[in-house]
Amino acid sequence: MSYSIDMTDQIAGATDPVLRLAGISKSFPGVKALSDVELALYPGQVTALIGENGAGKSTLVKILTGLYQPDAGRIELDGAAVRFATASDAAAAGVTAIHQETVLFDDLSVAENIFLGHAPRGRFGLIDWARMRREAAAILTRIGAQIDPATPLRELGIASKHLVAIARALSIEARVVVMDEPTAALSATEIEELYELVDRLKREGKAILFISHKFDEIFRIADRYTVFRDGQMVDAGRMADVTETQLVEKMVGRAVDTIFPQRESVPGEVVLTVAGYAHPTEFADIGFTLRRGEILGFYGLVGAGRSEVMQALFGVTRPARGAVRIDGRIAVIRSPAEAIAQGIVYVPEDRGRQGAVTAMPIFQNVTLPSLPRTSRRGFIRMAEEFALARTYTERLDLRAAALDQPVGELSGGNQQKVVIAKWLATRPKVIILDEPTKGIDVGSKAAVHDFMAELAAEGLSVIMVSSEIPEILGMSDRVIVMREGRIAAEFDRARLTPETLVRTAAGYDRKGVAA
Amino acid sequence: MSLLDPPRSRSLPDRLTGPAARLSRSWEVLLLGIAVLIFVANTQASPYFLDPWNLSDATFNFTEKAMIAFAMALLIIAGEIDLSVAGIIALASTAMGWALQFGLGTPGLVMIGLAVGLACGAVNGALVTRLGLPSIVVTIGTMSLFRGISYIVLGDQAFNGYPDSFAWLGRGYVVWVISFELVLFALFALIYGIVLHRTNFGRHVVTIGNNPTAARFAGIRVERVKMVLFLLTGLMSGIAAVCLTARLGSTRPSIASAWELEVVTMVVLGGVSILGGSGSIPGVVLAALVMGMVTFGLGLLNVPGIVMSIFIGALLIGVIAIPRLVARIRGR
Repeated sequence: MSYSIDMTDQIAGATDPVLRLAGISKSFPGVKALSDVELALYPGQVTALIGENGAGKSTLVKILTGLYQPDAGRIELDGAAVRFATASDAAAAGVTAIHQETVLFDDLSVAENIFLGHAPRGRFGLIDWARMRREAAAILTRIGAQIDPATPLRELGIASKHLVAIARALSIEARVVVMDEPTAALSATEIEELYELVDRLKREGKAILFISHKFDEIFRIADRYTVFRDGQMVDAGRMADVTETQLVEKMVGRAVDTIFPQRESVPGEVVLTVAGYAHPTEFADIGFTLRRGEILGFYGLVGAGRSEVMQALFGVTRPARGAVRIDGRIAVIRSPAEAIAQGIVYVPEDRGRQGAVTAMPIFQNVTLPSLPRTSRRGFIRMAEEFALARTYTERLDLRAAALDQPVGELSGGNQQKVVIAKWLATRPKVIILDEPTKGIDVGSKAAVHDFMAELAAEGLSVIMVSSEIPEILGMSDRVIVMREGRIAAEFDRARLTPETLVRTAAGYDRKGVAA
Repeated sequence: MSLLDPPRSRSLPDRLTGPAARLSRSWEVLLLGIAVLIFVANTQASPYFLDPWNLSDATFNFTEKAMIAFAMALLIIAGEIDLSVAGIIALASTAMGWALQFGLGTPGLVMIGLAVGLACGAVNGALVTRLGLPSIVVTIGTMSLFRGISYIVLGDQAFNGYPDSFAWLGRGYVVWVISFELVLFALFALIYGIVLHRTNFGRHVVTIGNNPTAARFAGIRVERVKMVLFLLTGLMSGIAAVCLTARLGSTRPSIASAWELEVVTMVVLGGVSILGGSGSIPGVVLAALVMGMVTFGLGLLNVPGIVMSIFIGALLIGVIAIPRLVARIRGR
């Protein structure tokens, strides 16, 4: 490729940006998503794009990849103005994006996914399958992924799918790679592998835009940062010149206590006992107790079986064996309805699919499991519904225009508040939170942590499944680490370090678990 | 301040828009406008239209179909469908005709009609909720199955000779021009309207149609609700079979042919999302009135049946496409 020579020059100098956005504005009906923002991406460097949900990051990514047209402003590639009218224009200019939820096709092979839309052609314009597989294998080897190009994508795990997405980005000779929260669905080991890959892309001279909510990883891999707030660029610079606290302040526009809520935990009597709990395929030998007013953390790699245990406790999937006792009495839970009746509720990880009914209004989401309480003889009493919904959503500091607004119009953090309000309204004994702060902004995250602490202080028992080490360490009284469907270890918060957690989750005697 | 038992406050408003603003943007108001337009057009087109007895006759064009449409609306809102309703009518009518030969009286005949309807609904419901089969496939199958049984029993024969007390159920008038069927229609409109819009069961139906997974995670017994809806649709088809058989005075295996499509058309025209999750009974009532008046008005003008179905088809597509086109133009 002709530009590879220029690129080495640029790495040497590393001063001129490959891609520069200037004065970019974009409005939607009623919302100014971006106003007069700047962004510069340099070859061989990672620029972190930081901002709360709704700051305009996604809109910017869509402009960069040709999905949206800016209302005003300039996009310059190597100093020359360009226009990305369509997604293929952006791709042809060497801009590619790896999204949070990979946009790949389960029923196609790995090689087909990598080359979809730009497959090597042979005679008569037909796809040259042999060459496609050969080139796919070469790219996969280059990024250190041990994946057979002929494998159907469906058979791969999330981490491997990300590798395929990255291979796809490389297959179009990308110069600018946009990574939109690439680690959101990955476990600790997989994240390390992703970092190595980012380093490799840097060495190849790619300019990388890295969007993330996690400050530890921003400090780990980014060279520069750009901060967005409410659709405006508030600051940009070198990572070496800022601290985490400064970045958070720039991002939220105020000083935020990033420390987890301090709490005096005095766990009471045992509320929940699980013994010999086993599922035919997902988990085995699960046994633990949960006390009143306690926060029990569940840590593990993705696929360790944590969510599966919780969903069995909530009656979604039925375990083959085992006993569950609530307040000392054997509890038979065969459906979520029975779990709710016994006082166990579950805030799922997949908010949009399992947690909220996004097309329905806030108040109807909140009252859904409490309808028997707000109704009389099965007939709806709307005033009671509004009252119940308002009580709990306001206490959780829900930001909404009105209670009849569809939940889908709210931000991720506020949707999560609606789901939590729904369960608090049932006055449960045990609340299970599965990745409660996944994909929500820093402000809402702190709010969710505060509720958890308050709930525990009021005597509710909390189980928190989380893959974020700071959250596990900051919130839990005790931590159970799961590995391959079994409990690997149980720790008190006092004698727990991040290293212990990671090593226990991955297995002591094995290093570098394959993706 | 407690999270588990917080005090009541009043700062987040219930609704942003008032009832008048919500109403003005609703599908029902659009339908009402169309209904009025067609009514006026009919009065202009034919001097006989405004005659009370003519208007009363016009109601028979939709009452039986609309009774099924109410139950079908709930089923479609819940994300399922029943295409076997006309087949159920055929089977229920055949069963009544067969029972007639053993000298059964009107109460017995009605019981048989309703029982067959319920049983057919139970078959559909069990296949969908127990075996997890898609309802569109199951009910395309039972559509042929139910009517097929009717053809085997009857061949090219017909059952006749229903008693006069039975015939009243299809032809009788309660007071003046108000027929028994019209009363049933109004009664069921009220019942289904209350069930869908004012009960916990109705809320569950809407929730299931929007997101069956989240509904289950919220403790709703999804399969049980769907089973009830299939039973209701079967029962309403049984009631329609009683009325239709009584009105025609005979049973042939081709009875109520292609009604399933007219019922579904009525439901969709009434503003029920074919993808599930939203819709209203007032909308279905208005759609029934519109379809009934169009059919009758064109009939008064001696327009052939095929033109009527073209008109209904065009109306359906038009009414569904126009709001989307308007939204697209506004979105630019």
